[in-house]
Amino acid sequence: MPFQIILNITIAIMWMFLNESYSFSVFVVGYLFGALLLFFLQRFVPDEFYMKRVVKIIALIFLFIKELLLSNIAILKWVYKPKLDMQPGIFALPIDLKSNWEITLLANLITLTPGTLSIAISNDYSYIYIHAMDIDNVEEEINSIKDSFERAIKEVTR
Amino acid sequence: MNEMWIEAIWDIVIIIFMLSGTFFIVSSSIGILRFPDVYTRLHAATKSSTLGVAGIMISAFLFMYVEHNIVSGKLILGIIFVLLTAPVSGHMISRAAYRSGVKLWGNSVKDDYHKQLDK
Repeated sequence: MPFQIILNITIAIMWMFLNESYSFSVFVVGYLFGALLLFFLQRFVPDEFYMKRVVKIIALIFLFIKELLLSNIAILKWVYKPKLDMQPGIFALPIDLKSNWEITLLANLITLTPGTLSIAISNDYSYIYIHAMDIDNVEEEINSIKDSFERAIKEVTR
Repeated sequence: MNEMWIEAIWDIVIIIFMLSGTFFIVSSSIGILRFPDVYTRLHAATKSSTLGVAGIMISAFLFMYVEHNIVSGKLILGIIFVLLTAPVSGHMISRAAYRSGVKLWGNSVKDDYHKQLDK
């Protein structure tokens, strides 16, 4: 993947020299041409075409934004509810991600999902402890959401 | 005539972003005052304020672009870093609070982390 990015940047710089104009917009055009070239020549370059991974990263960002909006609406509901009758609590969620980077992403995503806040990660990285605003509703829901998160993160990092 | 309409629509979009941002910030501060313990207050502090700040920055970005034709990269960077750092700070504050012995609210029903710490 790093090799393909370097190749793409080289093509963009060559495009700038061929145009004899050295502005950012020409660089962007050259970069797009480079991506197109790499797309057509992907059988001859090592590794998978890296734009596929970029698309997955963008999908993950959209997932992030969607969860952020939903969780804000959920919080607003609790803030303006006249009676504080929720049942908060901390529960443990098993995870099967390995590296620090992946776990950080997952903890961030869980914090942004409706009604949950990641509190801590166990010492052997196998559980993540989550504080939930209303534990009865949340616990089943988070188990299903977690699978989609883990899948999206794995697609990006592996 | 036509240009006036476009300008008016831009103004309305900017106003909507600005108002929703301030609304989220106000409700997050009400939440911080109303909720019973540290952890539930962090829910309000980390989530709503993130979206509030993002909304205000988006409206500022649109205003700069429409009125002065400036694409302000700083505002975009500000949104990205607020989005990245707010959940992390919420995680760290709640962990530090738990480790230094802050109790959960009386109505809380479950506490798995306590068992882990006892080991």
